[in-house]
Amino acid sequence: MDHVIAALSGVFLAAAIYLLLSRALIRMLLGLVLLGNAVNLLILVAGRLGRIVPPIALDGANAPSAGAANPLPQALILTAIVIGFAMFAFLLVLAYRTYQSLEADDTDRMRVAEPRGGPKPPMSY
Amino acid sequence: MSGAMQDFATHPTNWLVILPVVLALLGGAVLLMLREAREAQFWLALGIVAVIFVSDIALALRVSETGPVAMTMGRWLPPFGISFVADLTSAVFALAAAGVTLLLLVYLRMDMPDRARRDGVYPLILLLLAGVSGSFLTGDLFNLYVWFEVMLISSFGLMVLGGRNIQLDGTVKYGFLNFLATTFFLAALGLLYGTLGTLNMADIVGRAGLANPAVMTSIAALLLLAFGMKAAAFPVNAWLPASYHAPPAAISALLAGLLTKVGVYALLRALVMLLPASREVLEPVLVLVAIGTLILGPLGAIAETNLRRALGFLVIGGIGATIAGAALGNATGLAGSVTYVLHAMLTISGLYLVAGLLEAISGETDTRRMGGVYAAASLPSLLFFVLMLAVAGVPPFLGFWPKLLLVQGGIEGWGFGRDGWALTLWLAVLANALLTLIAVSRLWAHIFWRPGHEGAATEAPNPDLKPLSPQVRWLGLGSAGVLTLVVLLLGLWPEPLLGFGKDAAAGLLRPANYIVATGLEGAAP
Repeated sequence: MDHVIAALSGVFLAAAIYLLLSRALIRMLLGLVLLGNAVNLLILVAGRLGRIVPPIALDGANAPSAGAANPLPQALILTAIVIGFAMFAFLLVLAYRTYQSLEADDTDRMRVAEPRGGPKPPMSY
Repeated sequence: MSGAMQDFATHPTNWLVILPVVLALLGGAVLLMLREAREAQFWLALGIVAVIFVSDIALALRVSETGPVAMTMGRWLPPFGISFVADLTSAVFALAAAGVTLLLLVYLRMDMPDRARRDGVYPLILLLLAGVSGSFLTGDLFNLYVWFEVMLISSFGLMVLGGRNIQLDGTVKYGFLNFLATTFFLAALGLLYGTLGTLNMADIVGRAGLANPAVMTSIAALLLLAFGMKAAAFPVNAWLPASYHAPPAAISALLAGLLTKVGVYALLRALVMLLPASREVLEPVLVLVAIGTLILGPLGAIAETNLRRALGFLVIGGIGATIAGAALGNATGLAGSVTYVLHAMLTISGLYLVAGLLEAISGETDTRRMGGVYAAASLPSLLFFVLMLAVAGVPPFLGFWPKLLLVQGGIEGWGFGRDGWALTLWLAVLANALLTLIAVSRLWAHIFWRPGHEGAATEAPNPDLKPLSPQVRWLGLGSAGVLTLVVLLLGLWPEPLLGFGKDAAAGLLRPANYIVATGLEGAAP
């Protein structure tokens, strides 16, 4: 099972990098989402899969029973999903607003902060 | 397992470690609710940051007396519970961050558009400070990731506040690349957890040496990429000059002064303290990154005509100096690195503040059209003069001392081990100092000495310069002046700075006290 998820994470990562290399903002955004999911799967695999005992401590016990799943990666992923979602929402709105204001979703055409063919270095005093 | 639970209360004085973060988070929440009361919002924000500043002073004093202070959340003992640990490096950096934020709040009052106030500039600044302080003070790597994101999302908000086209454009580049960097950091965390089974920094120190060195080095390389992107190190620095000049000057000062420095801090913490064996393997990479950053920064500044973009390149040059210390890896070089971060926090923020004043005087952002400021406004010129010599590292100003330590570290590395890398770094630091001096003296000549615009064939004063209004003069010049005064005094009286550098570097290289403070003595190697 670990190998399958690890390979899936790799596929996600490859697709994410392909999308991130695009110049279109929306594709880059989707690439970031895929990348986030690739990393989430990576954390899940890093915590080892395959155990089916839920990590719940029984009454009176201080620790869950032997062979329990590792709950920490799930907590990490949950946090990362929430944060990633907030970032995605912000960047989506930002991309839309930029599209409205600059009339461009192509990063090659977004040159307000760094104008193309900007001035030469000051040559003389 | 019962031993993993804490059955005693944390000593009240140890709460000092999380006080700066808690106050900033609570303050941000309260200010958000007070968004209609705009005048009260300012005074409340000022008060909260002042209290944070005072508690940071108390924390720094305590840490310098007794060594690292730690506190663990909840009842789980480390390495399970999330620890906050303040050693000298983190306490002093947090103090500098709060101090800079305090002065920026005053400066920001000078020309804040009402729209920015309505959209919540004060809550965002407090949340940014929470993210920065949290990053400095946390003792857990995953927690560091969370503070990075807190910092990131508030900086997105601050950068786009006002919504001019140039800001939207800058924020897109800043946002995408920084989010990408934190995702890489998260991936490195996942791999680290899979390998070591822990994310507590003190615990990692003990376990990293026992793990497979090849795996640890791959993780360290991923961390280097992530933190290098955050710090704007060559070759992943392109986002910084594309975005930092877009927002108003006070906001750029806040971002340029604090955010990249958090990246450097994380780099030092992760590579020097947590994974020292991997740092040695990665040393050639670090050296090349440092040299590239050291040389590219000032060259970019020389070529640039937009004032704040030129300053952005100077920020990058400074990042190169801090990475040079991490690449040297000896105590003197690291002391140079740590003191450089402190110097850059103060000096770079000050430069951006003065740049804001210059833009207010000339109504321009382009140095070719700013000429003649020296004749029109002598006080801002004086401030700029002190800060530009400080950033170039001319003695006796502040920037000289970290660079002296770096140069000394390079000589030591060459002298002790015939380490060719150390010699190249030594040369690169000297070249950086020279190129930075050329860059800032060109700025000085173009903005201050030249009577008018570029190519204006007249000696008459520049008619476009207008004097600062009284309010701007008091608030803007006052806050920039205080910051410059601190830079000046620290430069003239460098004993505390050098002592801090020595102790902080020793703490990073030999983290035994850090581990004991966290409560993991048994796990230490």
